[in-house]
Amino acid sequence: MTTTTAMPTSQRRAAELNVITRKQRSLWGDALHRLRRNKAAMFGVVMIAIAAVLAIFAPMIAPYDPIQQHTADSLADPFFSNSQYSNPAYPLGSDQLGRDILSRLIWSSRVSMVVGFVPTALIFIVGITVGMLSGFHGGRVDNLLMRFTDIIYAFPDLLFLIIIMANLRNTPAGDLMGGLVLMFVAIAIVNWVGLARLVRGQVLSLKEKEFIEAARAVGVKPGRIMAKHLFPNALAPVIVSMAFAIPSAILAEATLSFIGIGIKPPTPTWGVMINEGFVVFSATPWPVILPALCISIVMLSFTFVGDGLRDALDPRMKI
Amino acid sequence: MLKYTIRRLLLLIPTMFFVALITFSLAHAAPGSPFDRNPNRPLPQETIDRLNRLYGVDKPMYEQFALFLGNAVRFDFGSSLVKNRAVSDIIGDGFPVTAQLGIQALLLALALSLPLGIISALRQNSYVDYGSLFFATIGYTIPSFVIAIFLIYIFAVNLRMLPVVGWGDLRHMILPTVVLALAPAAVLMRLTRASMLEAIRQDYVRTARSKGLREQVVVVGHVLKNAMIPVATVIGPATAGLITGSFIIETIFSVPGIGRLFVTSINQRDYPIIMGTTLLYAFLIVLANLTVDLVYGMLDPRIKVGK
Repeated sequence: MTTTTAMPTSQRRAAELNVITRKQRSLWGDALHRLRRNKAAMFGVVMIAIAAVLAIFAPMIAPYDPIQQHTADSLADPFFSNSQYSNPAYPLGSDQLGRDILSRLIWSSRVSMVVGFVPTALIFIVGITVGMLSGFHGGRVDNLLMRFTDIIYAFPDLLFLIIIMANLRNTPAGDLMGGLVLMFVAIAIVNWVGLARLVRGQVLSLKEKEFIEAARAVGVKPGRIMAKHLFPNALAPVIVSMAFAIPSAILAEATLSFIGIGIKPPTPTWGVMINEGFVVFSATPWPVILPALCISIVMLSFTFVGDGLRDALDPRMKI
Repeated sequence: MLKYTIRRLLLLIPTMFFVALITFSLAHAAPGSPFDRNPNRPLPQETIDRLNRLYGVDKPMYEQFALFLGNAVRFDFGSSLVKNRAVSDIIGDGFPVTAQLGIQALLLALALSLPLGIISALRQNSYVDYGSLFFATIGYTIPSFVIAIFLIYIFAVNLRMLPVVGWGDLRHMILPTVVLALAPAAVLMRLTRASMLEAIRQDYVRTARSKGLREQVVVVGHVLKNAMIPVATVIGPATAGLITGSFIIETIFSVPGIGRLFVTSINQRDYPIIMGTTLLYAFLIVLANLTVDLVYGMLDPRIKVGK
C-alpha cells in the first residue's frame, strides 16, 4: 500500500473503499472536456483559428494589394473552373476591376474578425454592468432598462442597424476607419440590451439563493458580492450568448455591406465583394460565389462553437 | 385578462412614440439634404429655401416632429422627395406584394418545419432527425442572401430552370419564397422538435399510454396539443424575421415590394419613405408580439398573464 500514500486523501479513501476513481475536474475543466469531444465544435475552432491567422498576417500572406487594379487582367476565372479565362497569376481569379480575388478574400477576413470581436467586447462590458446593477439593485435603473428594452425590441435588429448606418454613415463619425467604428457602435447599441436582460434575469434568480444570503450575513459589500459571487455563477449563459453574438455581428456587417450601407469601398469585405460582384454575376459567378463560401464557412464555424459551448456548459440547455 | 389587454394596448403608444422619435432624430442627424444631389450643379439658394419651406424643413425641430407625429397617426407621411408621389400611395402599392411574399414564405416554413420537427422528435437520433437538424443549422446559420446567391447560381444560371429576377408569374415567386422561408423554417423546426421532446416526457403522456390509448391518439391529442403552445410564440419573431428578410430578398430578386423600396430609399436619402416604412414595420412587429402574448395566455391556461 505504499503507492496510496502519494495520493490525495479523497482518492486514497476511495481506493481503500475499492471505488473506481477518476481524476477530479473542476466545473470549467469538465465543460472544456465536453467541448473537446464535440467534433463539430472542434472543426469550428480550427476554421476560426485559420481565419484569425489569415486576418492577422493578411499583408504577408496576400499575394497582391487587395485594392490595386490590374485593369488588363480583369474578370479572370479561378484555376479550378477549367475556363479559358483562368490566369495562373490570379489563382482564384480577379474581379471586374482586375483586383486579385484571393488577396481580397484574405483581407476581408480581417474586417470580419474585427467586426465579430470588438462589438462583442463592448456588448460584454456594457451588458454585464447594466444587467448586474439592474438585477441587484432593482428600482429606477431596473425600470428604465426594462422600458428601454421594450422599445429596442420593437425594432428588428437589422432594421435598427440599417437606420443607424444609413443616416450616420456620411457624418464624420461614419468615416472613421472606413465606417468600421460606426459599425462597432451600431452593433453594440442594438445588442447590449439583450445581454443586460439575460444577466438581470440570472442575478434576480441567484440573489435569492442561500450562498448570497450567507455572504450578506457575514457583511460582504455589495460590490464584492456582485464581482465574486454573482458574476462567476451567471457567467455560463453569458459565454454562450457571447459566442452567438460574434457570428451575428459578422452577419450584420456582411448584410449591411451587401446592401451598400456597411463598410465603405474600397476596403474589401466579403459583403462588399458580393455587392460589387453581383453586377457581373451573369457573366461570371466566381467574384460572388467565393466570398459567399467564406461567409458560410465562418458563420457555420462560429455556430458550431456556440452550440458546442452551450452543450458543454449546461447540458440541460440542450435543444 | 381584459385589464391586461387594455394595458398592453396602451403601452403601444409610448413604444411607438419612441420608435418615431428615434427614427426622426436619426434621419435629421444625417448630413446633406435631398436637394443637393448633384454637387456640380448646386441649386440656387432661393430654390433651396423655397423647397425647404414647401416641405416644412425650415421650421424648428420640435415643431417638425410634432407635425410628423400628427400626420403619422393619420398614416400621412407626406410625399416622396424623389418620386413626387404620396408616401402612403407608394407604400400602398408595394405592401400587397411584400405581404403576399411574406405569407407564402410563412406558410411554406410551417409546411416544412412542423412535419419535420414532429418526425424528428418521434424518431430522435434517427437519420431523419439528423437530416432535419442539419437542414435547420444551415437555415439559421447561412445568411439568406448567401443562400439566395447559391440557389440563383444553381437553378437560374446553371440549370436555367427559373428566372433570376422579376415578379409576376409563379415561376418568379419560387426562389424568393423558398429563401425567405428557410430561416423561419429552421427556427420553427428546432422549436417544434424541442417542445415535442419535452412534451413526450411528461407524466400525462405516460398516463395516457398506460391507460391504453392508441399511439396516434397519444401523439396527436396529448403530445402535439401541448407541444404546439410554445411554437405559437415564434410567430412574433418570425414576423420580424420575414420583414427584415424581405429587405434582402426583394433587393436580390428585384421584387417590387416595400422591402426593396426601403433599401432604395435609403440609398436615395428619401426620408419620408424611410420614416414611413420604418414606422409601419415597427408597428407590425409590436402588433405581432402583442397578439402572440395575448393568444399565448388563451392557449395555455397554466400561464397567468397580467402579473
